[in-house]
Amino acid sequence: MPGQVTFTIDGKECKAQEGQTIVEAARANGIYVPTLCYSKYVENPVGACRSCTVKINGNNGAACINRVQEGMNIQVYTRQLEDMRKAIIEALFVEGNHFCPACEKSGDCELQAAAYRYRIMAPRFPYRFPSRHIDFSPKHLVLEHSRCILCQRCVRKIRTEDGKKVFAYHHRGAKGTVEIDPEIARTMPEELAREAADICPVGCINFKGKGFDRPIGTRKYDKEP
Amino acid sequence: MAKVAGDDAVKAETASILAGYPADRSELINILWELQDRFHHIPKAAIPLAAQKMGISQVDVMETITFYHFFTTAHTGEYTVYLNNSITSRMAGFQKIRDAFEKEAGCSFGETDKDGRIGLFETSCIGMCDQEPSALINGMPFGSLTPFSVERLVKGMREGKSVLELMGVGQDLSSDPHKLARFIAPPNIRRKGPVLLGVGYNMGESIRSALKHKPGEIIDLIKNSNLRGMGGAGFPTALKWQFCASAKGDEKYIVCNADEGEPGTFKDRVLLTEWPARVFEGMAAAAYAVGARQGYLYLRAEYRYLTPHLQRTLDELRKENLLGNSILGKSGFDFDISIRLGAGAYVCGEESALLESLEGKRGEPRNRPPFPVVVGFRGKPTVVNNVETFSLVAQIIKYGGTWFNTLGTAKSVGTKILSVSGDCGRPGVYEVEWGRKVEDLLKMFDAGNAKALQIGGPSGKTISARETARKVCFEDLATGGSMIVFGQERSMPDVAQNFIDFFAEESCGACVPCRAGNPILSDLLKTIREGRGLPEHIDQMVEWANMIKASSRCGLGQSSPNSILTSIEKFKDEYMDRIKKERGALIYDFDIKAAMKESCEVTGRTPSSH
Repeated sequence: MPGQVTFTIDGKECKAQEGQTIVEAARANGIYVPTLCYSKYVENPVGACRSCTVKINGNNGAACINRVQEGMNIQVYTRQLEDMRKAIIEALFVEGNHFCPACEKSGDCELQAAAYRYRIMAPRFPYRFPSRHIDFSPKHLVLEHSRCILCQRCVRKIRTEDGKKVFAYHHRGAKGTVEIDPEIARTMPEELAREAADICPVGCINFKGKGFDRPIGTRKYDKEP
Repeated sequence: MAKVAGDDAVKAETASILAGYPADRSELINILWELQDRFHHIPKAAIPLAAQKMGISQVDVMETITFYHFFTTAHTGEYTVYLNNSITSRMAGFQKIRDAFEKEAGCSFGETDKDGRIGLFETSCIGMCDQEPSALINGMPFGSLTPFSVERLVKGMREGKSVLELMGVGQDLSSDPHKLARFIAPPNIRRKGPVLLGVGYNMGESIRSALKHKPGEIIDLIKNSNLRGMGGAGFPTALKWQFCASAKGDEKYIVCNADEGEPGTFKDRVLLTEWPARVFEGMAAAAYAVGARQGYLYLRAEYRYLTPHLQRTLDELRKENLLGNSILGKSGFDFDISIRLGAGAYVCGEESALLESLEGKRGEPRNRPPFPVVVGFRGKPTVVNNVETFSLVAQIIKYGGTWFNTLGTAKSVGTKILSVSGDCGRPGVYEVEWGRKVEDLLKMFDAGNAKALQIGGPSGKTISARETARKVCFEDLATGGSMIVFGQERSMPDVAQNFIDFFAEESCGACVPCRAGNPILSDLLKTIREGRGLPEHIDQMVEWANMIKASSRCGLGQSSPNSILTSIEKFKDEYMDRIKKERGALIYDFDIKAAMKESCEVTGRTPSSH
């Protein structure tokens, strides 16, 4: 078939459309590659969280940004890669302040789900307890920066009608934060604000007035991560 | 209080600054520099105006501002002092100079004095490692500082002297940009070699030689010379050009990477001071080969003082028709070069981050592929090479590839310029053939007391001075040119701490392993150095460092733990010496003083010692 490529994932022969990313191609073949910053609803994947790191013909690479090619040999579930993913999730827990029991997103949070998936009891790294602020200024949103994992989904996806960025990445290194435009935050339509809250994988971007709206047991990740 | 301009005055001046620029985001960094220079910070009131001009949101302008070290939203004083805190500065007495500045200025580092006249800040390597301790004052480098000279400088600032006056520059000197640049930062050439530092240069010879060939032949010439990029990675230059030449694009660009930020390197400073036209000719040759019409020299902010000298050189080249339209009468060969500034970000030395910065954005490395030769500046095919590579290109075109090929080793042809600093008698720049043994180099540098050598800066390797037979070349010890010597008395864990803190500071923050991992490594190393660590912490550090290397997004993260790993490998006993000898019942790494710091400050009391 034209445009189709054949490759292997952990030894299993797979077929996918040429040009698909490894994450998409793997999912099309029933193989889940763990992801966090990637979302199928957000274009321009950045490869920021690195939790989808796989071996591509022997070299490490992020599966969300690398595309499948004919004859590619991909490894997803090796002990080393799984431990690396676990370490990345742990690093996210220690670099921010994540108190799942008190979080509105608990049960629907992708970071929490990843932690369940990797059975993280306590991170191997010491907690850093950074001082992060809460931004109540937007009309429809509350930004709880302690929970931000800097996946940049909102930065990439949420734009004004004339294409301007609503969210942007400020500072660098451990001081990095994602901030909202002060002016747009006051005037942005409710729908766009809801979209921002929905796209956020964790409990950082919250829609004002929405709290714990689903009982335990019916939330997205209550049964399985 | 600082004389801070009122909002209306800020708006009026910002508007007049903005009027001088097109509505093109790639001009944003230049605009921000004008604002920073004028107001000693970027005033809040200026941001909506800049955003409006560029057609972007305010938060987007702030994204650029907050990324760069030299752009600030708080006033930095009429005289802004940036003292270099890199390892070479520390070895040369950084702490004494820091104390002297605080004493004389009457304020702490990180703030300005009460008049807003003097601001004291730290920065990473400013490319003056051969003349440490050094600081930038309003962009001008002051080397070989002593507590005495600090006293004199601060006095001069209080008297309102200009920075050139502080430096002792007379009228005769300030009219000649080349002489001035040499006076400001003496070149310190210690060893002239056969390709770059010891060869005469006549303006125009390279371009004239290039025009005797067809563009494709230029690429062949470079190919036959086996020239590799001098930034450290060593990618074959001709291959890069070939890809760019064959890439589809109505516009193509040539970019010279003059962002040498690797601590310990300063050879591009010397090449730009002494032979800037040669660099530009190399760029013009590349433009001719790949069909580009516009070039940019991306100059690190720390070298801003070279701008007048570089601008004048560009003017001379234009006057000789070595730049401009129909260069030397060759119709269709149009090429010109502009200088664009960085603003303090090490990661912008990575070529795709550099391109982002050139577009006026935060310098976050791009995902590759596509590579810049296909999708580069403004999405167009772009060749990025560094200052030394373009200088070599100019020489190869003039003298031929075969001549160049006979120097060096099989895989590392030609010569390399080394920037030498630290504990040695002869710091400065050296041009040596690739393949020289460590033994010879140490003699050359007058480094008889050396214990260790840092090859290629913090992102490179630490080796023991006893590894005398090792060679500097791509086959063994590859390097972008930074070479720091450590004497017997230096503590290697302390050195490693300085390096890892540098990466934690310079990480762009995009990916988790580098952003979160380097501070974690820094904390752990601190625990060990302060005598609170256990033997297994050293193994943990190695394990975590390898994880950062294996999973980071770009070269910065992938190489950030190199110095810790090689330092532990070569000098493990120095780490073991710091390890806690007895294992008590208490939590090993708990630092009670740090934990109680905040409450002590609040209560104004300190706990008793038992």
